[in-house]
Amino acid sequence: MTTHSKSAEIFNRDFERTTWHDETLYFVRQKRDKAAFQIDDWELLRETASQIKFNVLSNLSEYLIQFEENALKNGIKVHWAADAREHNEIVFNIVSEYFEGNIPHDTFKGIVKSKSMLTEECHMNEYLISKGIEVVDTDLGERIVQLAGERPSHIVLPCIHWKKEEIGELFHKHLGTEKGNKDPKYLTEAARQHLRDKFLNRKVALTGVNFAVAVTGEFVVCTNEGNADMGTHLSDLHIASMGMEKIIPQRQHLSVFLRLLARSATGQPITTYSSHFRKPRDGQQMHVVIVDNGRSTQLGREDFRNSLKCIRCGACFNTCPVYRRSGGHSYHTAIAGPIGSILSPNLDMKANADLPFASTLCGSCSNVCPVKIDIHQQLYKWRQVLVKEGHTSATKTLMMKGMSKVLASPAVFKFSGKVGRMLMDKMPFMVNNSLNLWYKQREMPEPPKESFREWYKKNRK
Amino acid sequence: MTSRDQILAKVKQNQPNSVHLPDLSILGKESFDPITKFAETAVAIGAEVIEIQDFSEIQKYINSKYSGKTVRSTLADFNSENWLALSPKELDGTDFLLVEAQFGVAENGSIWISDKDLGQRIAPFITEYLGVILDKSKIINTMHQAYQIIGDEDYGFGLFLAGPSKTADIEQSLVLGAHGARGLVIFLK
Amino acid sequence: MKVALFIPCYIDQFYPKVGIATLELLEKLGCEVVFPENQTCCGQPMANSGYEHETEGCTSNFQNNFDEYEYIVAPSGSCTLHIKEHIPIKGKIYELTEFITDILKIETLEGSFPHKVGLHQSCHGLRGLFTAQMSELNAPQFSKPEQLLKNFKGIELIKLSRKDECCGFGGTFCVTEEAVSVRMGQDRVADHLKNGTEILTGGDTSCLMHLEGIIRREKHDIKVMHIAEILNQAIS
Repeated sequence: MTTHSKSAEIFNRDFERTTWHDETLYFVRQKRDKAAFQIDDWELLRETASQIKFNVLSNLSEYLIQFEENALKNGIKVHWAADAREHNEIVFNIVSEYFEGNIPHDTFKGIVKSKSMLTEECHMNEYLISKGIEVVDTDLGERIVQLAGERPSHIVLPCIHWKKEEIGELFHKHLGTEKGNKDPKYLTEAARQHLRDKFLNRKVALTGVNFAVAVTGEFVVCTNEGNADMGTHLSDLHIASMGMEKIIPQRQHLSVFLRLLARSATGQPITTYSSHFRKPRDGQQMHVVIVDNGRSTQLGREDFRNSLKCIRCGACFNTCPVYRRSGGHSYHTAIAGPIGSILSPNLDMKANADLPFASTLCGSCSNVCPVKIDIHQQLYKWRQVLVKEGHTSATKTLMMKGMSKVLASPAVFKFSGKVGRMLMDKMPFMVNNSLNLWYKQREMPEPPKESFREWYKKNRK
Repeated sequence: MTSRDQILAKVKQNQPNSVHLPDLSILGKESFDPITKFAETAVAIGAEVIEIQDFSEIQKYINSKYSGKTVRSTLADFNSENWLALSPKELDGTDFLLVEAQFGVAENGSIWISDKDLGQRIAPFITEYLGVILDKSKIINTMHQAYQIIGDEDYGFGLFLAGPSKTADIEQSLVLGAHGARGLVIFLK
Repeated sequence: MKVALFIPCYIDQFYPKVGIATLELLEKLGCEVVFPENQTCCGQPMANSGYEHETEGCTSNFQNNFDEYEYIVAPSGSCTLHIKEHIPIKGKIYELTEFITDILKIETLEGSFPHKVGLHQSCHGLRGLFTAQMSELNAPQFSKPEQLLKNFKGIELIKLSRKDECCGFGGTFCVTEEAVSVRMGQDRVADHLKNGTEILTGGDTSCLMHLEGIIRREKHDIKVMHIAEILNQAIS
């Protein structure tokens, strides 16, 4: 079994919980449909967004230089990180320099962070904490998983796998809420008070970047809670971590993406806050860290470069029947779901070789994608690459080779059909000796007396 | 070679041949009554919409709901103290903030405000409740018209704000007032 | 019209009745049907598992058998899609229902089928071949299989809660991700049960085999028929 299928099997042992997880996420998919279908030009918007992003990818180096130039003019400091390690070091150095090399572990010198999947990808929290800097996630869902010592299981809904009873228990333990109180309103209020204190007392705020505009040198951060803004506008130092594919050419292109993003993500017409940061506040420092971490390599893979169009809306998660029934953690990467399965092999083929196979290739992901990434086709293509690079088991390869021989030869096929009709493991979708896996929860078809070709010979020839 | 130069060189080498940008002028042609659509949408996302004839009605609203509370505004008619000189964190404890929006967007019920309207950037977030005055004649249909109006406005910080702060992170139950304002009232004049 | 029939390997071996129904149906609709006898498998199961490079034998065998025909028809959306995308041939391959609506230009079929029928839209037929409008898109509704079924006397087409969610078969996925595969299938079956399906049908035998395997194991009162069987039975 693969890493994903093992975790998924464990996830599925709790039938009711799997039902709940599936239905909760499917409800989000339905909200997305409702929002999308209110826009007559929805499909045209998707196509336009896809084309803008392709223009971005095809001019990326020029746009990055342009963004840097304009951000500098605006008083924003720009840093470049080749990989996760360099990103984390840059963030540490900025903070360290700000405090003049003196990082005592006191509450004033921690960081309040709003949602940034990039910092998850870079494992930044662990790094900074190991260096003595406290990092407080401020998105409610992220705070919940952080208190629990977990990682987000969904890029937009980080604790979608948690039940309110469990969150009540967690908050009781960490925030001192009433035991047994699971009312979302009560728990959200407790988190508001708990984090309000952090916002007021931290000097450093870290955010992600949803979009960065080349010609104006500004960047846009979208939240519903207002946590990015509470952090940054109260801070003296704002660091924004940005994957380099987040660039768009001009301000007017934001119109297309802001129309698509929240509708695709949660079915809202727009997020509550779409904040455009162009210049630091008086007396504030603003830094942008532009991160590559494998993106330039992916850009060079013709079959996979379109994955860089992703705007992290999570629509492909919500529609994915496999994700809904296996949970985000079964993907064992910062970005789970269908999009994660085509991004992650680029970062580490060996470790993530199982992910492109965690799909039925049903194609729903590609249909909901607001930038029209051909996700399921890339999953198919990654499978070809991973097999060729030797990341599949030897038995599977042997079996596939054998199967191909049988099926390529009519004489052998007819013969093995006669012998093997009783044995469904001779069918091509039965990976070697996996008959028991079919039979575990499913009956086998009843073998007929004769094959179609035998019938045909008797009746039509 | 610095990381910057290495990254840019690799990107340059790996990026495909340049393709054109698509035409945006064909988008945003939806036709509906912008004021009705705006009000409907704003309410749907948790805001309250009140039509007013003049500012006295806003004053009445404030008097009835926030008497004896800390009310702040960027509008001279409503301002009680000079709060612009306070530090951002000193604005914690603001009960009601009143600002004026530059324009509203009908399709998503959002309003656009930037540095010049905000007094302080933290103000619309840190306040417990937020009031926004919006001129009916300044409601446009979609985000495409919105960015035409914004054009090359020279702001340091600008914001589309749509409804009160919210979260659904606990079992997808919608709760208003996550970190920002717990409620938003829009005065349509 | 001369039509070459492609009968996917597992239909040949396990569901000959689907092949027979397809052949008889096409004959009733006025086609001259031939079955090139040395056909085997299109190679899709291997290709979807990452072994496209091992399918050259299947590809050339398919070409040898079918290159002389202008119209090839298969009672399987999945195999049809694979052939369309990966096997260069002189003629063209069609999934059965799209062949009837698009090539034979049959708007509607007359007949009788007094049953509550639940249609399973296979993903490859739906999202690969566009046999119906996909639930994700904001676009005009249509459904080729429904178009053929809906005018039968006495038929009631069941409305599902999730009209086109994947059943979880997914080729080798059905065993490599057994837990999720079965769960997806159980959920599809539950949707049909809840909404009153008596006969579950579809254009892909692979999906139906998976769903039937679950229905029989759990002893539900739903009969499974390929759409070719229904059409063939109803118009006779």
